[in-house]
Amino acid sequence: MSLLNVKQLSVRYNETAVVDALSFSIENGESVGLVGESGSGKSQTALALLGLLPRQASVSGSIDFDGTELVAASEETFDEFRARRIGIVFQDPMQALNPYLRIGRQLREILVRHKLAHGAEIDARVIAMLERVGLSDAPRQFHAYPHQLSGGMRQRVMLASALIAEPDLLIGDEPTTALDVTVQAQILELLEEMRDNTALLLITHDLGVVAGHCERMLVLEKGRLVDAGATTSLFASPGHAHTRLLLDAAPRIDRPAELPPVTGASILGIESVSVRYTAFGNEQLHAVHNMSLSLRRGETVAVVGESGSGKSSFVRAVLGLVPMHSGRAVYAGAPLEGPVERRAMAQRRDLQLIFQDPVSALNPHMRVQSIIGEPLLVHEPGLSSRARLEKVVEALEQVGLGDEYLGRYPHELSGGQAQRVAIARALVLEPKVLICDEAVAALDGSVREQVLTLLRKAQEDAGLAIIFISHDLAVVRAISHRVVVLYMGRLVELADNASLFSRPRHPYTRALIDAVPVPNPVIAPKKAPLRGEVPSLLDPPSGCVFHPRCKYVNDICRTTLPTTRDFGGARVACHYANEIDLSI
Amino acid sequence: MSLFANRTISVCGGILLTIAACALAGPWLSPHDYLTTNFDRQLLPPSISGGQVFGTDDLGRDLFVRTMLGVRVTLLVAIVASLVSLVIGVAYGAIAGFVGGRVDAAMMRFVDTLYALPFIFFVILLMVAFERNLLLIFVAIGAVNWLDMARIVRGQTLSLREREFVDAARLMGVSTPRILLHHIAPNLIGVVVVYVTLTIPQAILVESFLSFLGLGIQEPQTSLGALVDAGVKQMEGASWALLIPAGLLALILLCFNFLGDGLRDFFDVRHTN
Repeated sequence: MSLLNVKQLSVRYNETAVVDALSFSIENGESVGLVGESGSGKSQTALALLGLLPRQASVSGSIDFDGTELVAASEETFDEFRARRIGIVFQDPMQALNPYLRIGRQLREILVRHKLAHGAEIDARVIAMLERVGLSDAPRQFHAYPHQLSGGMRQRVMLASALIAEPDLLIGDEPTTALDVTVQAQILELLEEMRDNTALLLITHDLGVVAGHCERMLVLEKGRLVDAGATTSLFASPGHAHTRLLLDAAPRIDRPAELPPVTGASILGIESVSVRYTAFGNEQLHAVHNMSLSLRRGETVAVVGESGSGKSSFVRAVLGLVPMHSGRAVYAGAPLEGPVERRAMAQRRDLQLIFQDPVSALNPHMRVQSIIGEPLLVHEPGLSSRARLEKVVEALEQVGLGDEYLGRYPHELSGGQAQRVAIARALVLEPKVLICDEAVAALDGSVREQVLTLLRKAQEDAGLAIIFISHDLAVVRAISHRVVVLYMGRLVELADNASLFSRPRHPYTRALIDAVPVPNPVIAPKKAPLRGEVPSLLDPPSGCVFHPRCKYVNDICRTTLPTTRDFGGARVACHYANEIDLSI
Repeated sequence: MSLFANRTISVCGGILLTIAACALAGPWLSPHDYLTTNFDRQLLPPSISGGQVFGTDDLGRDLFVRTMLGVRVTLLVAIVASLVSLVIGVAYGAIAGFVGGRVDAAMMRFVDTLYALPFIFFVILLMVAFERNLLLIFVAIGAVNWLDMARIVRGQTLSLREREFVDAARLMGVSTPRILLHHIAPNLIGVVVVYVTLTIPQAILVESFLSFLGLGIQEPQTSLGALVDAGVKQMEGASWALLIPAGLLALILLCFNFLGDGLRDFFDVRHTN
């Protein structure tokens, strides 16, 4: 008898089925991965299991949970089941936790509701649970509000709330997608440790996560189950073309890239750039320290680091969107100075930026035609409207979209289409330097591949130089010639692709690489390589800023900031860069 | 989705247009005028056969013509005052919000200062200092309403300025006026339209209030507020003199309020999606 038996489950909005005749089962204690691209119905399935679908949704089929039918079950039944029998961890803990209630109180509610503890025992159990999920000083954190915790800590609290009533099934709906890769590794490890005999349904788009943590996997495409089986066998021989597509699109950090060599001349030089912000109470926040970088025509340089590492501030200062505190940038022999509004039009034409979220980067009240046409209007005012339209259509074709998209508004586009429109807008001016700020982070695997191919092609055709900001090292390995690793606004390591991924010289670089889940179920997931999270920029650690999280830490690290030194082409800021061997 | 597919918008818009059309054409079609007194026909109740559908007032003037005249004045006040607040408020708020920094701080402190002036006191001062006339009422109402509009628009602009499509436009080389006009302004339309439909009833109420106090429009000209004031005095003998203008005023106010609701839905991108 299975714990969960789903038969012919369908979820419909009006007449559109978002989940279509889905059948699967989960045994006690089993871990099952539910994978698919956005819009494939993964989250809708989870919501159906918990009775959390919006009222407009119509559900049919059968969900048998340990002998109880959950389709069309009463709200009282779900009340008994939620948290007590089925726990859930959502993607964004800031949304899932009530910002006005202390976290201890939110956990207490569950125990009180299900009468699992009484009197003083309640608080004791909550505190014990917070300790188990790794909150330091749990009795004090019991009284903390969600906003006082970091993203990783909040997700730990979510995990505590999902498991405190010891449910039989835990659903994780993209539980680590919003987190940095090092924190993701910690949370996944914790999930494994904590769940004991609880069955796990892990919803994710990341095949690396499935490979490391699920015994079986289910593949959804447009609401239909297209493939199911043991993770190892599906990875070895996918049963369905869509599974193969997903597997092929998953970037592999364990495979070297094949990139054309860079032959172009230097085009952009950035010297000792620092960026500072004024925080509350006039405190100076040092977002970027003395960053130097040069870029050649036809070259891709990746900038990586956890959130708060200063990646975005760095490029925004170069572009003139935020003020540069000190340092200088030179483009094609001329300095890039002052805010972007005061720069020469030719410079503004040659440097373009692509944003992470294409939907917010496109004006919701403009049609695609005006969006792509606007830069032409500004830079080539002499162009007739017909010639401009031709160029717009050409740019659209370049990104693989037909002229039927000309009249659409951004909200009528999918995420991938919107990002391609944003790229068309940047490329229509034929820039020389393109800066991609997490440009593929929000995209599905197959769409990400298309966008990366597009960028590579633009690079080959026009010698485009690209600065590629990303937190995803697997993607970085596939496309960049050189990689810069940032930590708390400082350069940690700068090396070419091959040597950085085979012989990293800084412990932080090695940790970032190790934290990336490899989409190969044969390789056991490594232990989370880094403990803790990035310290506050307002109160940086003494000496080497990385020392509190570094396992090679020594006295000198605590007192002295390492200088950046050269090691056979790589630039590394670590006292022991030469002594420790971090080769992979 | 077309504007008139929305039922609230079409019903309320239809009622308002009908009232406006009557107000424009009615006095012209009627054999009576607003000025002529007739002491043989004082305080007659509404009658269709008698040709005076709204009856007459204490001076024997035709109330239909006077009411329609009042609607004209009331709608005119509402529209002009709202336009004043729209133009000044949007421009002022958008500039303050987009430029930001010290300019923003200085501009908004000026708004705060004006806010601190007691409105009725301000109007009475104006009335005392100058002749009572229609223009002054527009000025007084507009001068107050644009403050709210400026604050709302400034807040919206502040958040729009941080959006990435504005950064994208800056990078592309789009000039600041063009960014304001093509990127900020269209995204303000929803909230501005809704706010205007809310200021219209506010302006109508203020005008009626001033007229009721005797500070607004001057006899023999009239407005709905002045008619209500006159009607109150005849309330016991001739209730129609109060009920008709008061009912019309309430109907107009309700229609504008519902219209605002409908337009808010209409301009919500997610709603039309």
